[in-house]
Amino acid sequence: MKFINYLEKITGVSIYPLASFMIFGLFFLVMLIWVIKADKKTIQNISRIPLD
Amino acid sequence: MPVEKFYYDNKIVKWFGYATMLWGIVGMLAGLWVAIQFYAPGAALNFAPTTFGRLRPVHTNAIIFAFVGNCIFTGVYYSLQRLCKARMFSDRLSRIHFWGWQGIIVAAALTLLLGYTTGKEYAELEWPIDIAITLVWVVFGINLFGTIIKRREKHLYVAIWFYIATWVTVALLHIVNSVEIPVSLFKSYSWYAGVQDALVQWWYGHNAVAFFLTTPILGLMYYFLPKAANRPVYSYRLSIIHFWALIFIYIWAGPHHLLYTALPDWAQSLGVVFSVMLIAPSWGGMLNGLFTLRGAWDKVREDPVLKFFVVVVTCYGMATFEGPMLALKNVNAISHFTDWTIAHVHIGGLGWNGFMAFGMLYWLIPRMWGTPLYSKKLATNHFWLGTIGIVIYTVPLYWAGFTQAQMWKTFTEEGQLKFQFLETVTHIIPMYVTRSIGGSLYLIGAFLMVYNLAKTIRKGYFIADEVCEAAPLEKQTSHVREYWHRWIESRPMTLLVFSLIVVAIGGAIEMIPTFLVKSNVPTIASVKPYTPLELQGRDIYVREGCYTCHSQMVRPFRDEVARYGEYSKAGEFVYDHPFQWGSKRTGPDLARVGGKYPDSWHYNHMMDPRIMSPGSIMPSYSWLLDNKIDTASTPAKIRAMQTLGVPYPKGYDKIANNDLMTQANSIRLSLKMDKIETPKDAEIVALIAYLQRLGKDIKAMPKEQTAKN
Repeated sequence: MKFINYLEKITGVSIYPLASFMIFGLFFLVMLIWVIKADKKTIQNISRIPLD
Repeated sequence: MPVEKFYYDNKIVKWFGYATMLWGIVGMLAGLWVAIQFYAPGAALNFAPTTFGRLRPVHTNAIIFAFVGNCIFTGVYYSLQRLCKARMFSDRLSRIHFWGWQGIIVAAALTLLLGYTTGKEYAELEWPIDIAITLVWVVFGINLFGTIIKRREKHLYVAIWFYIATWVTVALLHIVNSVEIPVSLFKSYSWYAGVQDALVQWWYGHNAVAFFLTTPILGLMYYFLPKAANRPVYSYRLSIIHFWALIFIYIWAGPHHLLYTALPDWAQSLGVVFSVMLIAPSWGGMLNGLFTLRGAWDKVREDPVLKFFVVVVTCYGMATFEGPMLALKNVNAISHFTDWTIAHVHIGGLGWNGFMAFGMLYWLIPRMWGTPLYSKKLATNHFWLGTIGIVIYTVPLYWAGFTQAQMWKTFTEEGQLKFQFLETVTHIIPMYVTRSIGGSLYLIGAFLMVYNLAKTIRKGYFIADEVCEAAPLEKQTSHVREYWHRWIESRPMTLLVFSLIVVAIGGAIEMIPTFLVKSNVPTIASVKPYTPLELQGRDIYVREGCYTCHSQMVRPFRDEVARYGEYSKAGEFVYDHPFQWGSKRTGPDLARVGGKYPDSWHYNHMMDPRIMSPGSIMPSYSWLLDNKIDTASTPAKIRAMQTLGVPYPKGYDKIANNDLMTQANSIRLSLKMDKIETPKDAEIVALIAYLQRLGKDIKAMPKEQTAKN
């Protein structure tokens, strides 16, 4: 039972995992960039919410 | 902007807090009871509701959904109001949520004890209760989002993200895994069969750990740890990465519970890869928690709450390191089906979930009653009892698991299996005794807490409505370009949709191929549907919770093939609604037990296992000898199976009971040959029929053909 056997039966199915991984990768990348670039003061403010 | 005066609702927090303590004690007592049954089978009291197979689901469900569930709601209802600077959306919904959940718990406990179960681990509850859970969960959701929408704080703190992800994913998991076809008020069959059922079940099972026992507790950690340490979380940036990475990766990891089984290889590998990846976000979160205490270690020495939290974070780190390791195929080959798994989950259950509940309650109750804790010393004693309890609980079980796996796999020089299965069980009984001592210490600690908190409550005065002031949210007028994440963050519904997409992608890719190509689970021509009598017997097997101790899955290992017979194939399970592969071998595997012993052996063994195998720790099932088979249910069961695609001939439901009686009579006669008199409609007859069927189909086909599958 190989992965390929399953997928052969669905037309154009190979695009789905690829697309999902792309979404996953892009989402992650954008999030990382945001996290790194985010304004230090905002971050500090948010992290203090539980204490105020 | 004028400030508004409003009140936090502490009453609902108080109720959930009380429920946490009550169900915690109940769940732990049930756990101790089943632990004792491992070395004193008499503790099952020869009474159906108190046998291991029925009590164990009571223990697991009570701990997960009653103890940890109520702990989550306590923490969420307290922290959400404060993080949103708003009272809960609706007091009435809070009350419905509370009483609804407690009602579900009571119904769950009663039905499980009475043997009403779906036979799927951690999802054992029958369909009416499943529906009730869905409704109460929706009530909780409305209350949660209602509060978030009317908040006075612009930013959503990361704890709230974890709550949102929890809500949406648990809803998805619960609904997908609970699709079942009702046969009667308290009996249903899983919609899925065999391999597919296993895949859905462990997608659910693993993510119940992820999204019920982990993400909401992480939310609590990100709120209560900074509160108790009185400093913000070490890195808020890290917490954002922690969140997205965790929910994205966790959802894929389920198949690691099915390594070396008949599950397709690619799905197994997918589970392994994502499980190994999980270590990164988990440890990021663990370090984030630990570093929050940086510079506050002097406080840890004095404050019992922080002491609990240090162990909480440490156990989270240990369990999430061990998890990926156990997901490696070579480690899993040893650990799976042994007590190693039990030790692993109790690091999480006792150390991570339990201690979080304790630490949180010790912090909350003095604040809500406006008085210091009754006795810090008693709380510190609780901490040490609990910590030592965890060590004494887990270390012997790690030892037991490893030892037993080695014994299973040992061959003599002549190439024979060295140990009988029973020898491997009796060998580790001292470890079971030690485990229950560890558990008892932990339980005594919990009693100390209840006493300590009761004294605190008596001494203080309950602040039912805590006053607070804050300005309402300004309408967004700024034209400054906002970053997309800030954009999501201020839109809780968008966050909800995004988390749903994220988890749905994982779930879909994991499961769809095995579903779409149903015909591609290689069918085996000789595998036939169960006869009506076997079907009734199977339902008895499910009812008594046999799967809690016996697997039905021979893995392709030399020792397992030598011990049990040919390894299991996906095509063997196509009529199994639900699958019964099991996850633990306290007793031997049963996948190939059919025809191994005469009918009379099973009869005597069920009456008293120790007659047939001295030293066995299996409970007696003497009531099966007297109970009558519920033949009235046969037609409905056959019809339900037909709906699910099991190929019984049309109209078979009307004549099924005739076949049932014929087969039952043949078993009665075979028992009579061995001088056992039994009525043919006794439940034991049905169970024998089922057990004798197990693994037989595949023996009926030529060797080469089986190998190809």
